[in-house]
Amino acid sequence: MKTFLLILAGIISGVLGGMGMGGGTLLIPILTIFFKVPQAIAQSVNLIVFIPMSIAVTVINAKNKMIEKKGLIKMIIPAIITAVIASLLASRAKNAVLQKSYGIFLIAAGLFFIVLTTIDVIKKKKEKKNK
Amino acid sequence: MKLIKSAKETLLYILIGLIAGFVNGIWGGGGGIFVVPLLVYLMKYEERKAHSTAIVIILPLCIVSAITYIVQGIYDWPQTLKTGVGVVAGGIVGAFLLKKLSNNVLAYIFYSVMIVAGVRVLLM
Repeated sequence: MKTFLLILAGIISGVLGGMGMGGGTLLIPILTIFFKVPQAIAQSVNLIVFIPMSIAVTVINAKNKMIEKKGLIKMIIPAIITAVIASLLASRAKNAVLQKSYGIFLIAAGLFFIVLTTIDVIKKKKEKKNK
Repeated sequence: MKLIKSAKETLLYILIGLIAGFVNGIWGGGGGIFVVPLLVYLMKYEERKAHSTAIVIILPLCIVSAITYIVQGIYDWPQTLKTGVGVVAGGIVGAFLLKKLSNNVLAYIFYSVMIVAGVRVLLM
């Protein structure tokens, strides 16, 4: 039963992850809250399972011509560099302020982009009407 | 003029990469959440292309982080395997949905997930 539920939890967060919406935001709390997995292990599970998933998804997306190759290397190399630096910083400064600031930032950014998207939608509707 | 434009573009790409890596490293994930809107609004990517490209950018970061976890002995293979089967299956469904959904619907779902994630982080 537990195995079945684990697979189910995986499927749900995999759908989000496969859509490029960060499945970890769902998978990590599911594992810690419902399966009583320790936080560090949940993060490790999330990181490891993301690898085969995103490889499979990327193969599909590439076939669908949905990947922009142009700037890829220019983004990936600096990303790896700052990721390593930041993870070293993070292990020294794990604090509540960091968590809280991240939460507030996510909410603010989410609201901001919903407004931007809505403005875009309204604009396009008006353009259509004028045509 | 063309040279300046491409130099500016390269700088923006590097900047996006730096931000993605930093966020992913400091908070242990979520770098992709920042890459998507940056690609859409700075680089004018189509919403769905931004999502699929973000996955490619986060993949090497996950590999690097996963290695550091495994080296430190933080892993649970049975758990990882069971969850992984589901995640890979779900991911394939997600890739299919990504192709089918309109860019606006995708944007609304995405930013709602972002807000929910933010609330969760605050409540932790």
